Amino acid sequence: FLGAGGGNDIQWCFSQVKGAVDDDVAEADIISTVEFNHSGELLATGDKGGRVVIFQQEQENKTQSHSRGEYNVYSTFQSHEPEFDYLKSLEIEEKINKIRWLPQKNAAQFLLSTNDKTIKLWKISERDKRPEGYNLKEEDGRYRDPTTVTTLRVPVFRPMDLMVEASPRRIFANAHTYHINSISINSDYETYLSADDLRINLWHLEITDRSFNIVDIKPANMEELTEVITAAEFHPNSCSTFVYSSSKGTIRLCDMRASALCDRHSKLFEEPEDPSNRSFFSEIISSISDVKFSHSGRYMMTRDYLSVKIWDLNMENRPVETYQVHEYLRSKLCSLYENDCIFDKFECCWSGSDSIVMTGSYNNFFRMFDRNTKRDITLEASRENNKPRTVLKPRKVCASGKRKKDEISVDSLDFNKKILHTAWHPKENIIAVATTNNLYIFQDKMN
Amino acid sequence: QDTQEKDRAIPPERAEEAKLKAKYPNLGQRPGGSDFLMKRLQKGQKYFDSGDYNMAKAKMKNKQLPSAGPDKNLVTGDHIPTPQDLPQRKSSLVTSKLAG
Repeated sequence: FLGAGGGNDIQWCFSQVKGAVDDDVAEADIISTVEFNHSGELLATGDKGGRVVIFQQEQENKTQSHSRGEYNVYSTFQSHEPEFDYLKSLEIEEKINKIRWLPQKNAAQFLLSTNDKTIKLWKISERDKRPEGYNLKEEDGRYRDPTTVTTLRVPVFRPMDLMVEASPRRIFANAHTYHINSISINSDYETYLSADDLRINLWHLEITDRSFNIVDIKPANMEELTEVITAAEFHPNSCSTFVYSSSKGTIRLCDMRASALCDRHSKLFEEPEDPSNRSFFSEIISSISDVKFSHSGRYMMTRDYLSVKIWDLNMENRPVETYQVHEYLRSKLCSLYENDCIFDKFECCWSGSDSIVMTGSYNNFFRMFDRNTKRDITLEASRENNKPRTVLKPRKVCASGKRKKDEISVDSLDFNKKILHTAWHPKENIIAVATTNNLYIFQDKMN
Repeated sequence: QDTQEKDRAIPPERAEEAKLKAKYPNLGQRPGGSDFLMKRLQKGQKYFDSGDYNMAKAKMKNKQLPSAGPDKNLVTGDHIPTPQDLPQRKSSLVTSKLAG
């Protein structure tokens, strides 16, 4: 496995942990999404309580060359509130399903956040000066009696303590009958897509009262429903290309230039299944929980229950690489079905250079696969590994037979401690790993 | 992983399937699929009959109605929901602990 010891292997060290220490987790504090912005300077989290917290990386201290800047709270706001659709008798959770950053165009930062039904564009701006010396107003805002004004002065801007304000600039609502699972900003930086279980819509960032439906897989007769959309993403470079994954383990690539409604795919990625291996669980574990394009745009990665697969966009009939995340769970599927863990939706991510991929597992373990060396490593997000600049110790799960010292047996794994959301800094070896209610930041050990 | 074990024994997935079928013999005829999908699409659905609710409210003035049984969360079927039974939906006014 990737490990201690030189060469080009990354040595991961604990950097920071955010969140409450206590074991009693309030539901609202469950982290539901984690996302770095395009520069990596900002790191956003969303939670089940509908709140967004944004962390900002400290400017690098020239004298502190042994570590990169820490992430500190920059802004926090309530993005979504719980709602009740009285017409449909539907309770709408405030849980933030996804956050996606827009590339920075001016001083302000913009992000899209979505719950099951509504997408919002948030503007996060800094205020570090305020006007003082108005003629008609006191400093506290009260109006002065105009008859007492004897001289005029020009108000000036004076520095003030930095204030970061978040304001909702657009609200994109009422376009989804089913639950939104993905949002993805187009490389044209003007449009974006939102996907629910059965449909995908295309929006313009400036227009909130209209969206175009580009994929609709709802059958005329709902009894014939056999598959749902699980994730969707725009290609990083090609503005007319996007992909969507399904609960049956397929990925469809669509080209918006082909037709207005992209129900017919341009490419269909599917690995043929060995019929002799088919079981009750086959379809459930083949359901794709996440799909991500590589930064290069040449590959895409999918996550299903037990593995991570890398697909070359030029080859539809099978993935080019497959990595087993926790194959030892295959002989536990019965209990994982009974406790619903088999439906857990793990995400995956690429390193900045696309050479390493990462995904989470149970027991607060997360896994990394180096595509070049073919080595992999299992690490743990735990407060016990708290010392900064101490290299994290690799973990090993013992599937069966004699358990070696320091190994953990499958039956001892805590299935309530799941790492579903991870993110990799776009440029550096800094990763953000979310446990149920804590956010861990790990960094490459610098010399 | 130990491939020798796989060749000798029943594939682990099939063994797990057998276990599941032994526990739940009436489990859906169709493998995986539709049952889960329908459940997924139905997420968030709360069943409430305003007619029943208003009738119950009117009756409550005259006599005591049977109170909610052991399963307080079940607001459908025979049980007439009352405002006290419906789970409160409040937004989180507290700041996230990540920001603390």
